[in-house]
Amino acid sequence: MTAVLEKKPVQVAPKEPRRWKGAALFAAVAVVALVVMPLVLEPFRLGLLAKYLCYAIVALGIGLAWGQGGMLTLGQGVFFGLGGYAMGMYLKLNDAGGDLPDFMVWSGVEQLPALWAPFRNPVLALAMVVLVPLVVAALLGTLVFRQRVRGAYFAILTQALAAAMVILLVGQQGLTGGTNGLTNFFDFFGNDISAESTQRGLYLTVAIVLGVLYLAAWQLVRSRFGRLLLAVRDGEDRVRFLGYNPATVKTITFTISAVMAGIAGALFVPVVGIISPALLGVVPSLELVVAVAVGGRFALAGAVLGAVVMGYAKTYFSEELPDAWLYLQGALFILVMTLAPKGIVGVAGALRDRFRKEAAA
Amino acid sequence: MSALLEVRDLSVVFDGFRAIDGVDFTVREGELRFLIGPNGAGKTTLIDIITGLTRPTTGTVSFDGQSLAGKREHERVRLGIGRTFQTSVVFEELTVLENLDLAASFRRPLLSLLARRNGVSETVQRALETTGLTELAARKAGVLSHGQRQWLEIGMLIAQGPRLLLLDEPVAGMSGDERSRTGELLTSIAKDHTVIVIEHDMEFLRRYASQVTVLHEGKVLMEGSVEEVRADPRVQEVYLGRAREEAAHDVVS
Ligand SMILES: Nc1ncnc2c1ncn2[C@@H]1O[C@H](COP(=O)(O)OP(=O)(O)OP(=O)(O)O)[C@@H](O)[C@H]1O
Ligand SMILES: [Mg+2]
Repeated sequence: MTAVLEKKPVQVAPKEPRRWKGAALFAAVAVVALVVMPLVLEPFRLGLLAKYLCYAIVALGIGLAWGQGGMLTLGQGVFFGLGGYAMGMYLKLNDAGGDLPDFMVWSGVEQLPALWAPFRNPVLALAMVVLVPLVVAALLGTLVFRQRVRGAYFAILTQALAAAMVILLVGQQGLTGGTNGLTNFFDFFGNDISAESTQRGLYLTVAIVLGVLYLAAWQLVRSRFGRLLLAVRDGEDRVRFLGYNPATVKTITFTISAVMAGIAGALFVPVVGIISPALLGVVPSLELVVAVAVGGRFALAGAVLGAVVMGYAKTYFSEELPDAWLYLQGALFILVMTLAPKGIVGVAGALRDRFRKEAAA
Repeated sequence: MSALLEVRDLSVVFDGFRAIDGVDFTVREGELRFLIGPNGAGKTTLIDIITGLTRPTTGTVSFDGQSLAGKREHERVRLGIGRTFQTSVVFEELTVLENLDLAASFRRPLLSLLARRNGVSETVQRALETTGLTELAARKAGVLSHGQRQWLEIGMLIAQGPRLLLLDEPVAGMSGDERSRTGELLTSIAKDHTVIVIEHDMEFLRRYASQVTVLHEGKVLMEGSVEEVRADPRVQEVYLGRAREEAAHDVVS
């Protein structure tokens, strides 16, 4: 043990200032998001940002599951869709008054399907936004993680689910609106859904929900559970011999990430005005994973940042060079994973450290 | 004292190879038992079976009178069986303190884990002191040296507070000084715990062991005191002789 004792203890940076800095940064971002953006952005641009923030909520969940927990989930679109359709179904029924939703009439459905009945009630519908993804993810996680399915197998499984979900939705035209999905909404809890004030309120709601979920995720990551999650990511088999069941830890985390995606989907629907299979299949699910990787999957802030940055990039490039975007995205993913596995946040951190060193020298 | 661990007629076959072949093995409460045998004798495999990592082909393991059949790894830990690994595995992204804290926290209800760690618990503090890692507490485990990792693993095992401790070659690669400290630590732990230690080093055995079980080719070759084991010609033949051939000079006292 002499070797141990001889080693000079390294002073750890005092924690308080760092926490304070983090809180200050969070507050600054919150002010920009809640005060500055609504003032400077025209309604159309604010709507776009609201959409990206919805994706950021999904990304936050991916950051938890993948970055912290090592579960590469390629099918978050499934949960996004479950939340989105729950909201969409409520809005359709609400708009239809006591009648059938328009698309059902067009596809010759004569009676409201039993599956739709609970969504008449707004409270029940909102509960479903959380409960359906929660139950589906908890069941899936229990089955899959108990059997020790992990790594690429888990990734492929989630991707297959996203593909299956699309097929299911498209195939049930009368029940789901098929390829077109659910759209043409008018009323949102007593407000004209397309009115500027409604949309601004929606934007603020999305930003606040993101902020609250971010803080919750931050607390989770900092807690003992968060340490345990990292341990599961880095050595699942060793964790068992510390007396914990990794399957439980993973199921809980995966379920949290699914609920986040569900909430994001529900917010997305009134913001964008549509939910359809194209918005939740394999490609959108993958795009968000790429975004999280680009932003930096090991930091929650990186996941959120990635979603917003890639959202803007997609809008810009799809307008300027529509065909190049897909390839650009793929190339970016490969670049990040090989050269900067910690993403934008990691690069920024490295630059800051270098800058400090030079300043100190 | 009653038997804490009872292994009966245990066998395990890997692709037709019998790594454990009809082993009976009993350890009483409070015992400090050493398990020796040449490379490939099946020592690690035996511990793997006891802790649930490997499923036996035939035979039974019971702990405190309760059969362990069908119990998964973490459930066995919860019953009070703890182990270390031959090549120590610690969580490199976590600090030394966090590694120990995690090991000490598994009995807490899952919901309470959602709170942040608040200071250093007494158990963890004691584990830090026992292992001499106090000054490294805030460092990431990834930067530890080989010996320090082994200490951390032993610390994690202590922090778990198990009734039965299984240590797989805890002093391999340690300096003479560190070995003595580990030996004394084991002796003091063994005062109020049941401990099984896999160890090759005869000198270490001579100093700290009382009861020794010798495994050879998956079978129990003999059991007895260190003196009896060292004097036994069969042991010298299969274990010491072979070790000499392999020029593992530190094995021969
Ligand atoms: N999972 C496995 N699959 C196939 N063979 C295995 C497996 N685990 C162990 N073995 C074999 O079983 C035999 C016993 O291995 P074990 O690791 O238990 O030996 P040991 O006594 O711990 O040896 P050492 O002193 O080298 O650690 C070896 O021949 C090993 O190759
Ligand atoms: Mg071994």
